[in-house]
Amino acid sequence: MSLFLVVAVPFLGALLPGLMYSAGRAACAGVTFTVTLVAFVGLLTNLPAVIAGEVVTVGVDWLPSLGLNVTFMLDGLGFFFASLILGIGLLIITYARYYLSRDDNMGEFFTYLLLFQGAMVGIVLSNNILLLLIFWELTSLSSFLLIGYWKHLPEGRQGARMALAVTGMGGLAMVGGMLILGNIVGSYDLTVILENRDLIQASPLYLPALILILLGCFTKSAQFPFHFWLPHAMAAPTPVSAYLHSATMVKAGIFLMARMWPVLSGTTEWFVIVTTAGLITMVLGAVIALFKHDLKALLAFSTVSHLGLITMLLGTGTAFGAMAAVFHILNHATFKAALFLSAGIIDHEAHTRDIRRLGGLRHLMPITFIIATLAALSMAGIPFLNGFLSKEMMLEEANHTVLFNSPMLVPVLATIGSLFSAAYCFRLIGHVFLGPVRDDYPAKPHDPGFGMWGPPSLLVILVVVIGSAPFLAEPFVKMVTASVLGSTAEVPSNYLKIWHGLVPALYMSIIAVVGGLIVLAIFKPLLKAWDATPRPEAKTIFDAIIAAAVTLARGVTHTLHNGAFTRYAAIFAVTVIGVGYHAWATGTVGPATREMQPVGIVPIAGWLMLAAATIGMVFMHRNRLMSLILIGIVGLMVSIGFVFFSAPDLAMTQITVEVVTIILLLLALNFLPNQTPVESTAFRRMRDIIVAVAGGLATMAISYHYLLRDTVAPTISDFHLANSYKGGGGTNVVNVILVDFRGFDTYGEIIVLGIAALLIYALTETLLSGPVRARLLNRKPDQPRAGDMHPMMMVVLTRVIMPVVLMVGFYIFLRGHNEPGGGFIAGLVVSIGVVMQYMASGFSWASARLRYPYHGIIGAGVLVAGLTGIGSWFVGKPFLTSDFEYVRIPPFQEFELATAAAFDLGVFLAVVGAVMLSLESFSRLARRAHVADSDYPMDIDPSRDEKAEA
Amino acid sequence: MELLVASAIGILTAAGLYLVMRLRTFPVIMGISLLTYAVNVFLFASGRLKVGAPPILTDATNYTDPLPQALVLTAIVISFGMTAVVVMVALGAYLGSDDDHVDDPVDDTTKPEDAA
Repeated sequence: MSLFLVVAVPFLGALLPGLMYSAGRAACAGVTFTVTLVAFVGLLTNLPAVIAGEVVTVGVDWLPSLGLNVTFMLDGLGFFFASLILGIGLLIITYARYYLSRDDNMGEFFTYLLLFQGAMVGIVLSNNILLLLIFWELTSLSSFLLIGYWKHLPEGRQGARMALAVTGMGGLAMVGGMLILGNIVGSYDLTVILENRDLIQASPLYLPALILILLGCFTKSAQFPFHFWLPHAMAAPTPVSAYLHSATMVKAGIFLMARMWPVLSGTTEWFVIVTTAGLITMVLGAVIALFKHDLKALLAFSTVSHLGLITMLLGTGTAFGAMAAVFHILNHATFKAALFLSAGIIDHEAHTRDIRRLGGLRHLMPITFIIATLAALSMAGIPFLNGFLSKEMMLEEANHTVLFNSPMLVPVLATIGSLFSAAYCFRLIGHVFLGPVRDDYPAKPHDPGFGMWGPPSLLVILVVVIGSAPFLAEPFVKMVTASVLGSTAEVPSNYLKIWHGLVPALYMSIIAVVGGLIVLAIFKPLLKAWDATPRPEAKTIFDAIIAAAVTLARGVTHTLHNGAFTRYAAIFAVTVIGVGYHAWATGTVGPATREMQPVGIVPIAGWLMLAAATIGMVFMHRNRLMSLILIGIVGLMVSIGFVFFSAPDLAMTQITVEVVTIILLLLALNFLPNQTPVESTAFRRMRDIIVAVAGGLATMAISYHYLLRDTVAPTISDFHLANSYKGGGGTNVVNVILVDFRGFDTYGEIIVLGIAALLIYALTETLLSGPVRARLLNRKPDQPRAGDMHPMMMVVLTRVIMPVVLMVGFYIFLRGHNEPGGGFIAGLVVSIGVVMQYMASGFSWASARLRYPYHGIIGAGVLVAGLTGIGSWFVGKPFLTSDFEYVRIPPFQEFELATAAAFDLGVFLAVVGAVMLSLESFSRLARRAHVADSDYPMDIDPSRDEKAEA
Repeated sequence: MELLVASAIGILTAAGLYLVMRLRTFPVIMGISLLTYAVNVFLFASGRLKVGAPPILTDATNYTDPLPQALVLTAIVISFGMTAVVVMVALGAYLGSDDDHVDDPVDDTTKPEDAA
């Protein structure tokens, strides 16, 4: 099966348990098992090629410009890990089916498990380091979901968060390291990187890359000082712990160190960092494990310790060390998974994992006793079990390792680690299974069904078989070792065997086992001493660091971002002014290339009015109606300015928008207070004035300087001028740009406008369906109302003028392509005409005559514009390609038909709909309960009054 | 002429900035409107100033830059939509809480544990 499928199957299969959720627990587990089995068999079909020494690769280019390609490779190392992940996965799935209770959502569990499995398989098979990083992060995320699976347990949630924080942080560091590595080599392909050992190790960036990558590996594989997250992840359901700790998650870091071994190892830096971290982790984990009373915590620290052992072996940088590491990965996976599963059985049956409350279980749970004892003895390093073999190799390697110029340091520490390792294994057997049967277990323990003891017993059979007949595993171990070493070294010729003669390693082993028994014998006083010793608690430190980070972040946020809009505005303005000033002060200004144009009396008059109105607004802004009037003047002056400076389209747009904006603000002011009270202090006002004046001067300076200079590069405007008529068929270049050259922009803009209007509508609906509604209905206006709400003169005038307005709108629309005008302006003009009807004749009169809802008009506009664009696909052109033709229908003159006109129609409709929907929404707020909506356009109608009197 | 336009942009910006830093919603909206004028005129001015040369193709050869005009035209229309939304939000907040401050009330910005 293609490697693509091997990786993809778990991900695709992850959908199934969720879908099968209602089909029952067995179906969920069954489908998960099948998915994993398919992937496993698919992996095995590649085994012959791997045995033949080939490296199976598949790949497609994904983002070749970034060097990110989906390529997978399978060599001995990848095969080893993938088979561990999938093989142990099968056992875990079987076990979990019986372990989880009826209350647990099994579909969710197996979905997470498959996601995690897929991510792990992705890591070990990736041939592109960027792809590997993606899978790496995916394992962090999916393990977060698995560890926190029991959401009701606070420890579960905290443990999951801690695991995510630590491994995620390491992952980030690794991203940096991998990018450096890819940069050194010039390729992100793993196969290429692995061939460039000399290039990488000679690079000055080798050390930073190494440290960053090791940070990723150490956090993932729980190496000192990042070991603390792993025991807290124990809050996960036991199948998860067994899976994460034996074959997968924590082995990912180990895998990566092995994968990168050919290019990163062999240097002093690698040796010192990796060996030291491994050694400390091994001893520390073993010592702590001994004193843990929770069975799973004991196993967790023993995992930490064994990971340290493997790390140390990889750190030595010798071929023999690598082989010992590979062998121990295999052995540890088997006995540790078996032990975790046994711990789960005990927890499941005795309802406690506290070693102090257990004991004597060998009579009650004989099968579990045999399984757990064999696995634990293997971990302790007892001959004829597989743990003994790799531990011997480790001690042998330790004997040859000289760290910090001391030939004794490593062997002694390795022996101490092994001694404590043996001690906690003996404690596990002795305090849980041996001893008298008690009568105070929380539940009556007995052996579980085959579904739960079957998987660990399979593993223990492996433990015994490898332990007694190591030559069976030898070809496999050597094959994996060969792919770890790559071309850097020969696979050692040493045989995997039980008896090496009377070598130092054997004596060290004997010391460790005997010492372990002695430690167990004096366990009680030792525990007392341990409990009396003050130790730094990793979780407390971690929590303190997190709390400090949160406090810092909160402080920064509250200083810069305290919820007061004014503060952001001030900070933003000051920053921009500061940056601008810096650019000004450090840069140079070229000479002016344009001459200042002469000023007439009209521009000066306009400027004076604009300046007076603007400054007046600042002084009179507390009177809100007044500032509304003044802003009207400002808008008017800006429009006149546009006319003056050759922008008739802009002027028409500005003036119509001005009208609708003022109406809108008037409607809003209806509800808001009329005055703005004095609140800020004089100091504050002075500060604001300084910031505002600085900002004004800055914009003035930049505008002035660039108005007097030509652009550095030729603009693209000449293209538009030259092609407007030729290509777009219109002489109004601005309109042609809008509907043709940049039609796609315009299309986006009418959609935005439509969304804004719909948002206003939705907000109005929300307001009117909430508690505000009653307030609005019963509100007393703060200003006296006009007695004559709909003056006759105004009603008559607006109605007479309506056809004229529509005609003007139509005219402006039609001529837009060649003369100032177009859809935007026509839409605004027509909107004003309609709004006048609302104002003069009343809301209900106007609404009653509304045939199409405004949402529909917006939608129709967007649709028309969109369909016009799509129309060009049918003639094989890109979206919104325009076309035009001159036609002549007698007796009219020749005129132009352009597709752009249809697009402009869409713009027109969208603008009308959006403007009207916004204004209508605002007016709906103003309707009141005690003022009945009159059906009549005019409140005062003598003819009606007479009828009523009669 | 250039000085007049540049100083107009400066005045609009200064007044807009000052009003944006006020504490109630209405002046802030007014300030944003003034800043909108300033930005639109600024963008328009990036085509440089030309009198009596509208970008309507005739027999003449001298035209002003049409591109900033097209961009500013849509900006003006969009700014209406944006003003309308902001006004609606301000109105909703005022009607809901009877308070038109732009600052969050103090109890919203402090930590829950501090308030308790």
